[in-house]
Amino acid sequence: MPKIAFREALRQAMDEEMQRDENVLLMGEEVAQYNGAYKVSRGLWDKYGDKRVIDTPITEEGFTGIGIGAAMAGLRPIVEWMTFNFSIQALDQIINNAAKMRYMSGGQFSLPIVFRGPNGPAEWLSCQHSQAIASIYAHVPGLKVVSPCTPYDAKGLLKTAIRDDNPVIFMEAELLYGLEGEVPEDEYLIGFGEADIKRSGEDLTIISFGKVVHMALKAAKALEQDDIDAEVIDLRSIKPLDEDTIVKSVSKTGRCIVVDESWPFASVGSHVAWLVGNRCFDMLDAPVELVSSEDIPMPYEHTLELAAQPTQDKIFSAVEKVLYLN
Amino acid sequence: MSEDLKKYDKSLLQDLLKTMMRIRRFEEKAAQAYGLRKFGGFCHLYIGQEAVAAGSVAAVNLENDYIITAYRDHGHALAVGMSPDTVMAELFGRIDGCSRGKGGSMHLFDADKHFYGGHGIVGAHIPLAAGMALKIKYHEEPGVVLCFFGDGAIHQGSFHETLNMASVWKLPVVYICENNHYGMGTDFRRVSSQPQLYKMADSYRMAGREVNGMDALEVYDNVVEAASQVRQDNVPALIEMKTYRYQGHSMSDPAKYRTKDEVAEYKNQDPIVILKDRMTEAGLLDEQEYKKLDNEMKNAAKDSVEFAEKSKRPELKTMFEDVFA
Ligand SMILES: Cc1ncc(C[n+]2csc(CCOP(=O)(O)OP(=O)(O)O)c2C)c(N)n1
Repeated sequence: MPKIAFREALRQAMDEEMQRDENVLLMGEEVAQYNGAYKVSRGLWDKYGDKRVIDTPITEEGFTGIGIGAAMAGLRPIVEWMTFNFSIQALDQIINNAAKMRYMSGGQFSLPIVFRGPNGPAEWLSCQHSQAIASIYAHVPGLKVVSPCTPYDAKGLLKTAIRDDNPVIFMEAELLYGLEGEVPEDEYLIGFGEADIKRSGEDLTIISFGKVVHMALKAAKALEQDDIDAEVIDLRSIKPLDEDTIVKSVSKTGRCIVVDESWPFASVGSHVAWLVGNRCFDMLDAPVELVSSEDIPMPYEHTLELAAQPTQDKIFSAVEKVLYLN
Repeated sequence: MSEDLKKYDKSLLQDLLKTMMRIRRFEEKAAQAYGLRKFGGFCHLYIGQEAVAAGSVAAVNLENDYIITAYRDHGHALAVGMSPDTVMAELFGRIDGCSRGKGGSMHLFDADKHFYGGHGIVGAHIPLAAGMALKIKYHEEPGVVLCFFGDGAIHQGSFHETLNMASVWKLPVVYICENNHYGMGTDFRRVSSQPQLYKMADSYRMAGREVNGMDALEVYDNVVEAASQVRQDNVPALIEMKTYRYQGHSMSDPAKYRTKDEVAEYKNQDPIVILKDRMTEAGLLDEQEYKKLDNEMKNAAKDSVEFAEKSKRPELKTMFEDVFA
C-alpha cells in the first residue's frame, strides 16, 4: 500500500469526487491559483479550472453563504476555510442557514456541502490563530462533525462527507498535514458514526479524536512498560457519535479517560465523559477523567503553549487516578 | 395616462391587480387572526409594499428564475403563486403549512416554485442568492435570481461582501432593496451614509436604479429591463424600490416614530388604487368587476383561515423529522 501524506489523502478524496460528480466544486481563499494555503488543493485548479476551483476574496461570511445557496440550488460545494479560526466570522451562515434550512423549510431542501480546513492548536501563533473549536459545531443540530487523524481515515471520511446530502464540518488538524500513512489505491469510503479502535487493550479506555489520538497512542505505548494495557478509541466522527463502541469498550475495561484538545467547558470531551458516566455507571470502577486544554486563550510562548494543551503527563496522571495508583 | 397602458397585455394588468389584492386581503386576515391570538410569534405585514412583490415576480419566469427574500415574506410567497391556504396554515404552524409548521411566518418556502424563503436574519440570505446564481451559471441555465431585502439589511457586511463577489464572478442576480424607509423604528436617513441606496451599486461596478415601488407597472418594467440586462451582460444589478409599509414593523409595533402626514402621503399613492384607477380610465376595468375581484380575494383569504384552522397541529414525533436529508 502506498504511503502518502495526510494532505495528499485529502487532495485525492476531492479529486476523485470531483471526477465522479460534476456538481462538486471547491471554493475558498487561495484554493485555486495558490494551490491552497496548506497546499491541500494542489493541482486541482490546473485540472478543473476556474469554474470548479474558485478563489474567493477574504470574506468568510460572504463566500460561506454563497456556498450554502449553491448547495440549496443543487450544487455540491466544498468550502475551504483557510483555518477554522476564521470560520467564526461565518458562524451565522453555518448555524442559522446551513444547519437549519432543511428543518425550517419542512424538509424541502437538502444541503450537500462540506466545510473543511485546518482546526486546532498549531505552534507559536497565540490565541486568535490557535484553537480547537469542534465543540462549537458539535453543539449545533443539523451539522455533522468529523475529525480524522490518519491519512487513511482522512480520505475515506472526506469522500463520504462530499457524498453526504447534509452539511458536514470536516476538521483537519493543522499539524497533521505532513503525517504519512498507508492509503490503498482502490476506492473506499468510511461511514460516519463508526469509531475506530486504534489500539485494543484491557485495563482502561482512552477516548479521543483528531490530532490528540496520536498522543493517546503514545501514552498507551509508554504505559506498556508498567504493564498497563490501554484501549484507544478514535471517534473519527463526533456527530453522529458511535456510542456503542464507547459503551462496549468501557464495559470491558471499567475505566475511562477522555482526551480532547478543546476547552473543557461544555465540550465534546465533557459530553462524552457524561455519556460514559450515564451509560456505563454500573460498569465503572472509577470516575471518568477528562484531559483537555486549559480554560484559557492560547498563550504565545511555546512552553506555555504546550502546557495549555493536553500532554502525555496529563494523560499519565489521569491514568493514575482512574487506576487508583496513588 | 390611459395611453401608456396599451403596451401591456390586459392579462398582465389583471394579474398584477389581482396579486396585489390577494396579498392585501390576505394580510388583513392574517392581522385579524393574529389579533385573535390564533397564532403568535412575529408577524411582519407587507401592506403598502404589494406593488414590489407583484411587479417583480410578474417580470420573471419561475421555470428558470428564482426568488429569495427576508422575513416580510407573505407577499412574495403569494406573488409566486403559493396558495393562501398553505401560507396561512404555515402562519398557524399547522402540518399543511408549506414548511410543515416548522418555519412559520418568517420562513415560507416552496422549492418547486423556486421560492427559496423566507429568512429571519437580517442580510444573511443575500449571499444565498449569489450561491443560487452560481448554480445557474455553473450549469449554463438561462435563469436569474431576484433577491429582496430591506433598507436595514443593506448595511450588513453580507451585502457588501456578496455584491463584490457577485460582480467579480458575474452572477445573474437582481438585488432588490425594498426601501420602506424604516428598519424597525430606524429611519434609514439616520443610519445610511449614502441615502440614495441604489448608488451603492457604483462601488461594485454594477448598474443601480431607483424605482417608484408604489407603482406596479414601473416596478414591472424596471425588473424586466434589469433582469434582461443581467441575463445579457452577465452582471448583477441593484434596484432600490422606494416603498412604504402602512403598518408597524411587526404586529407589536405601533409605529409612533413616523408622522401621520407621512403615512397619509403614502396612503395617497396606494399601489392598488393607482393601478385600479389607471385600468378604469383605460376602460379595462369597471367598478363591478373590481368589486367581484375584491370579493374573490376576500373569500380566498377567509377560506385560508378556515383551511388553517382545520389543518392539524404537527404530531410531536415530527419534531425530530427534517433535521437531516
Ligand atoms: C442580524 C439581525 N439583527 C437584528 C435583527 C432584528 N430585526 C429584525 S427586522 C429588523 C429591521 C430590518 O429592517 P429592513 O431590513 O429595512 O426590513 P423591513 O423590516 O423594513 O422589511 C431588525 C433590526 C435580525 N432579525 N437580524
